[in-house]
Amino acid sequence: MSQSKTPFDVGLLRADFPILDREIGTAKLIYLDSAATAQKPTVVIEAMNDFYRLSNANIHRGVHTLAEEATAMYEKGREQVANFINAASAREVIFTRNTTESINLVAHTWARANLNAGDVILLTEMEHHSNLVPWQILAAERGVRLEFVPVTEDYLFDMDAYGELLKLEPKLVAFTQMSNVLGTITPAKEIIKLAHDAGAIALVDAAQSVPHLPVDVQALDADFLAFSAHKMLGPSGIGALYGKMDLLKAMPPFLGGGDMIKTVHLRSFVANQVPYKFEAGTPAIAEAIGFGAAAEYLQNIGMNALMAHEHELTKYALERLEEIPSIKVFGPSAENKGGVASFTMEGIHPHDIAQILDGEGIAVRAGHHCAQPLHEKIGIPATTRASFYLYNTKEEIDALVAGIYKVKEIFG
Amino acid sequence: MDDLYREVIIERYKSPYYRGHLDPHDIFFEDDNPVCGDHIEITLRVDEAGIVTDAAFDGHGCSISQASADLLIESIHGKSLEEVKALNKEDVIELLGFDLGPVRLKCALLSLKVLKAGAYGLSVDEVSDDLVE
Repeated sequence: MSQSKTPFDVGLLRADFPILDREIGTAKLIYLDSAATAQKPTVVIEAMNDFYRLSNANIHRGVHTLAEEATAMYEKGREQVANFINAASAREVIFTRNTTESINLVAHTWARANLNAGDVILLTEMEHHSNLVPWQILAAERGVRLEFVPVTEDYLFDMDAYGELLKLEPKLVAFTQMSNVLGTITPAKEIIKLAHDAGAIALVDAAQSVPHLPVDVQALDADFLAFSAHKMLGPSGIGALYGKMDLLKAMPPFLGGGDMIKTVHLRSFVANQVPYKFEAGTPAIAEAIGFGAAAEYLQNIGMNALMAHEHELTKYALERLEEIPSIKVFGPSAENKGGVASFTMEGIHPHDIAQILDGEGIAVRAGHHCAQPLHEKIGIPATTRASFYLYNTKEEIDALVAGIYKVKEIFG
Repeated sequence: MDDLYREVIIERYKSPYYRGHLDPHDIFFEDDNPVCGDHIEITLRVDEAGIVTDAAFDGHGCSISQASADLLIESIHGKSLEEVKALNKEDVIELLGFDLGPVRLKCALLSLKVLKAGAYGLSVDEVSDDLVE
């Protein structure tokens, strides 16, 4: 992880994001929905544009100049992403469509090769549907048993309960490193260590953590780690699955087709090497280049500085929101929380809150945020979520608070 | 935006006239909007001639979904089931008195979907957006 070369200056950084100049109606855009998807800096947009303008060709096995350039740029994207999470080798990074596909890849390949009826998979109550439904499908098909680490009253990963559940000798522990609703940051390193001690493989849903925290897969000792480009300033349509090389080598392929094979005969094939074995068909080439550019952009800013900025914003947002009567913010206190504030207001539906805020140019999200079981657990159907990233400011949080007072006024 | 939160919406949301559950009833149906989790159930009493004599709704959701449900239920008292089956999204827009954007129209149409599914006697699997088009 490289250190920041210049001090963190949000004013300067904002100039890198052309969309932030936009107006919504007559109001200036205030984008507080980065947990859904982040905005894109010019370097990412331009990296993809340059590819299409100057170097577009299909990758691998092409002999002509453009094909060579395209292949080199695609593989450079992989190296930038691998470097960003400190993977031991770029070959341990498989490009997928997104976090969801990364987790499904593990469910289809590693899990189907290694899990049998009665085997236990340990998840948590705060998982996004993408780290829940693939395992439910597997459970229905294979008779695998799912167990869940509870969320404590303080909205934290319940370490004591986890210790007990590990006695079931799970084969896999799959958990979020940061809840997209509560913002809860889980002690991933400790969770993985305990999983390994109990003989389990550990998969980290890092969709929310990789964009916002320094993540080092070797320090974590993660077996699998899944994340998306679009939440970390990169394009949509591409994500990554990190896997330890020995696991990846032993896994059967994922989708069958071009590029994932070494040789093909009419009735048989030999799979290509890692990571190509898992990347059938023409991949998202421009997106891989944009993904790499985003990783490098974040690395140049420095993830520690970025995290400190977001922590300040989160602390401030919690203070300001909690001043408002009849509002309830869900999640742990700021020390254990990423840049997410999900809240409810008595008697006013989140959809209405989001709509009125939109009238003020403020983009927030309303709903169950693809974590319906978590909402059931805390006993509410939906929340309004404001989420923060490197380009947000305290002034924008002030505008959010003013917008919420407007909501109260309309609903009397 | 201000259009969306006209007095009628806020009033009907806060103090609906037809919120409740009729027991006994002749028709019951319930469904959710999977996107936002809004929930609507309807209960109807229908006489021998097929006329709706009493109707109520219950559920939870945003002001648009709940206020539209209240207005819709009000409008079907005295109507025949055949007339209820013929209702479509234009009728809901007319009840509200203004057009919603495409996103919020979904909120407003949940009650119509539930109502028509009940009138047709459909099962949950048979319900689709085609019902209200």
